[in-house]
Amino acid sequence: METETTMRSVTVTTRKKRSLTKDHMLAIGFLIPSILLVGVFVYGFIGWTGYVSLSNWNSLVPDFSFVGLKNYLYLFGDFRFQADLRNTLFFTIMFILAVIVVGQILAILLDQKIQQESLFRNIFFFPMALSFVVTGVVWQWLLNPSTGVNLFLAKLGLDSKWYTDTTIFPAIGWGKIEFGIPIAMIAVVIAAVWQMTGFSVAMYLAGLRGVPEEVREAARMDGANEFQVYWKIIMPILRPITVSVIIIMAHISLKIFDLIYAMTGPGANFVTDVPGVYMYETTFRGNYYANGAAIAVVMLLAVAIFIIPYLWSSRKGEA
Amino acid sequence: MAIRSFTRPILYALLIALSCFYLMPVYVMIITSLKPLEEVTLSQMWQLPTSLDFSSYSEAFTKLAPNLLNSFYLVIPATLLSALLGSLNGYVLSKWKFKGANTLFTIILFGMFIPYQSILIPLIQFLREIGLYNSIAGLVFVHVVYGIPITTLMFRNFYASIPDSMIESAKIDGAGFIGVYRFIMVPLSITGFVVVAIWQFTNIWNEFLFAVTITTSDQQPVMVALQNLSGSQIVQWNVQMAGALLAALPTLLVYIFLGKFFVKGLLAGSVKG
Amino acid sequence: MKGRLKSFTGWFLIFVLALGPLSACSSSNETSGGSSNEETLDIFSWWTGAGEEDGLNALIDLFKEEYPDIEVENAAVAGGAGTNAKAVLASRMQGDDPPATFQVHGGSELNDGWVAAGKMETLNDLYEAEGWEDKFPEDLIDLVSKDGDIYSVPVNIHRGNVLWYNTSVFEENGVEPPKTFDEFFTAADQLQEAGVTPLALGDKEPWTATHLFETALLGTLGADNYKKLFTGELSFSDPKVKEAVENFKKMLSYVNEDHSSRNWQDASQLVADGEAAMNVMGDWAKGYFVNDLNLKVKEDFGWMATPGTEGMFMVITDTFGLPKGVSNPEDVKKFLSVLGSVEGQDAFNPLKGSIPARVDADLSNYDEYGKETIEDFKSASLAPSLAHGSAAPEGFVTKVNQAINIFVTQQDVDQLISSLEDASSDLK
Repeated sequence: METETTMRSVTVTTRKKRSLTKDHMLAIGFLIPSILLVGVFVYGFIGWTGYVSLSNWNSLVPDFSFVGLKNYLYLFGDFRFQADLRNTLFFTIMFILAVIVVGQILAILLDQKIQQESLFRNIFFFPMALSFVVTGVVWQWLLNPSTGVNLFLAKLGLDSKWYTDTTIFPAIGWGKIEFGIPIAMIAVVIAAVWQMTGFSVAMYLAGLRGVPEEVREAARMDGANEFQVYWKIIMPILRPITVSVIIIMAHISLKIFDLIYAMTGPGANFVTDVPGVYMYETTFRGNYYANGAAIAVVMLLAVAIFIIPYLWSSRKGEA
Repeated sequence: MAIRSFTRPILYALLIALSCFYLMPVYVMIITSLKPLEEVTLSQMWQLPTSLDFSSYSEAFTKLAPNLLNSFYLVIPATLLSALLGSLNGYVLSKWKFKGANTLFTIILFGMFIPYQSILIPLIQFLREIGLYNSIAGLVFVHVVYGIPITTLMFRNFYASIPDSMIESAKIDGAGFIGVYRFIMVPLSITGFVVVAIWQFTNIWNEFLFAVTITTSDQQPVMVALQNLSGSQIVQWNVQMAGALLAALPTLLVYIFLGKFFVKGLLAGSVKG
Repeated sequence: MKGRLKSFTGWFLIFVLALGPLSACSSSNETSGGSSNEETLDIFSWWTGAGEEDGLNALIDLFKEEYPDIEVENAAVAGGAGTNAKAVLASRMQGDDPPATFQVHGGSELNDGWVAAGKMETLNDLYEAEGWEDKFPEDLIDLVSKDGDIYSVPVNIHRGNVLWYNTSVFEENGVEPPKTFDEFFTAADQLQEAGVTPLALGDKEPWTATHLFETALLGTLGADNYKKLFTGELSFSDPKVKEAVENFKKMLSYVNEDHSSRNWQDASQLVADGEAAMNVMGDWAKGYFVNDLNLKVKEDFGWMATPGTEGMFMVITDTFGLPKGVSNPEDVKKFLSVLGSVEGQDAFNPLKGSIPARVDADLSNYDEYGKETIEDFKSASLAPSLAHGSAAPEGFVTKVNQAINIFVTQQDVDQLISSLEDASSDLK
């Protein structure tokens, strides 16, 4: 009681300046637990991983002797890892593009003041409620070339080998692998998009609802058609949402593991393998702890390439 | 605004077609879960079961039930705590900017991208040191820690849409750091809490890697128990699918009941991302 | 303002209180966790599925009957065919908190893994006390021994080199079960002409292709030379290995087109449905045929040793050992003695669908397949499985899996052989 009174009087008397600094201290104080936790559990462990990646720990017995970049050199000369880098790149691009496009289309459809909106919305949200471990298996069945959706597609004269397709398009020789889009990855993208679009639908739907009707009306008055209204007026307004969707989806796609592990595994000729799967297998099956750690470090560096431009631009926007 | 009326049937046709696509995997899950085991083969995946067989559900339920409770003990505190931490961080990083605040945000956000497989060993050893290994509390702790980046991101974006002028006037009225948070940010961000809670609830509920490595037998949440239904070599897919549908019920209910708020929350928050 | 501050203090308290129980239950858990290591016997495995879990529980029940005072905990870790379990085990062993006993494949996984790491106690005295030296086949004891010391107790045996076939498909096409590679290829051509997929493969998980490859190696090289590959006495550049790779390649030309979309169960379904005539898989496939697909032994499906491997037995054995640093080694030994007893093996194996590791188990507990296999096991020359971690260290196996996965698509014999040679540096 007493302290409250004094605190209050301090706030009141010194009004602006003191209270600001004091509150700033308090604000920073509230951040400290998070900073400490992130410091230890993210950066501390990244440091540990980095250290292991430079060590000789490639058996059950921990061996922390320093071997320099040996593990990295091994990885970059490894067919599987090269394939993984290619797969992650194209998976991420296709996945994020599809989530954005499909999410926007569904959101626009849902935003037409339709009946049963909540029913449709829940249908599109539903996959998010399921675990990747299970949906991976279901999609594996659905896209099985001999028993899955091909049975229906065949009637339309369409056919695809889905995730068993080992084609790389266009196959440009690069290191030990062929560089290009792994066709099999498209199947995985379909499953991942099915599962994750719900989130972008919700985000875009919220964004669309936030655009005032007057803005659209004004555009229409100027003679714009519906398509132009979306393209010229709404899309730019939705851009910040798109940025958030990209970040959240990028963190899912770059780390994707469960879905691929359950759905296709590494795939024939490693056409659907990703670093997450390789890391897990090489570390805990092969006991190549140092190699596994090196994969993690490369993944993190790849993420940095993605995220730093975003953060830089968002800082510019706010400064 | 709505597309003119004569295009309405096309709109509905499109929506229904897309819904069918979205429900196709669910259809396969449901019919598989109702089949006796010998009918669960790839060549019969589209066929309806010859007779309804609910035994998969009873088998899955008896095996999953004890772990279901664990999942609630895990998910509820973990979701609440990480939402609270995230909102405090987001508040500080959006409304009490200090020199280096953006850099700090960058540093925190980067933590979202850490591949969890690579840090299992030090994590498990750390948890054993502090005595949290093989406990729900340990799992709560892990999810709160690794939930910090994404909850901070979501709340920071959310709070960015609350005009600074509101905060300024509250400050002039004498509200400090805490007062602003309690009386302006929290009431305005209830929907934000819903968004983050749904996100965290779903992710923690469905998370498998930490759950399987940090807890054993009695402490395991339902997703691990679901995996336990399958063997090292043989998987009974009918029981697996029944179990998966049962295990998804809580998250599904969350979506059905909070789905509206989810959109509203995003509406209030992320527009100015 | 006062009220606001007060209520904030309330909020803050809630926050602290919310964290409070966390730390409180953490400390309580620590004590219970600690005590569990003192008294309870935690049995670590990846047996969580139907059959195998029942078998393990039957074993535990038997143990409880004999030693009601000892607390036992079934600490099985699910998923990833044991990979998750290995992740947990590795971190527990490295943290010097080993489980009381754990599942490990006999052979390299045990010897070059945990024994070489100095984490296991010898069990020579237990074998002596129980008189087990002549109860397990000598070759099998060799698989769980290093430098003359025994380190674990085998509980079961699975056979890897089994060719399963659909009897009616064979009859309709007038095909006899093939014993040699030549017979196999003739039969396969005949079946292919008749429009049946000769060989089913499901290599969504790459080990199944390695499994097929190891039977080709065994069938071409014979058990002795096969074993020499992994001791370094025979090089992978040997022409015999090339011949085996060629045989493997030819076998691959007869497989179903969608092999990479199927796992071994899905591939077995092809044989069960008659769409494919044969597949090569360990004898857990019998459990799948009989228990899950309701097929009848010998009526609906038949089996024989894979081409060229008659009289040889690709062995996969699950064993349990005693890690160093456990607080209750005597209790662990009591459990191991139950596990190695006739009663223990006959409680476990009929449920798991494997055969006992002991030579004197009660035959009446096993079905026709089991009885025949038990007989074969007694006389056959044993070869450790590569795909299942018995022949070579896990590191080598993962590299072989990778090389085989690439080979299945690219079919480049020389490249596979050079990858195998490169990987063989891991054998030392």
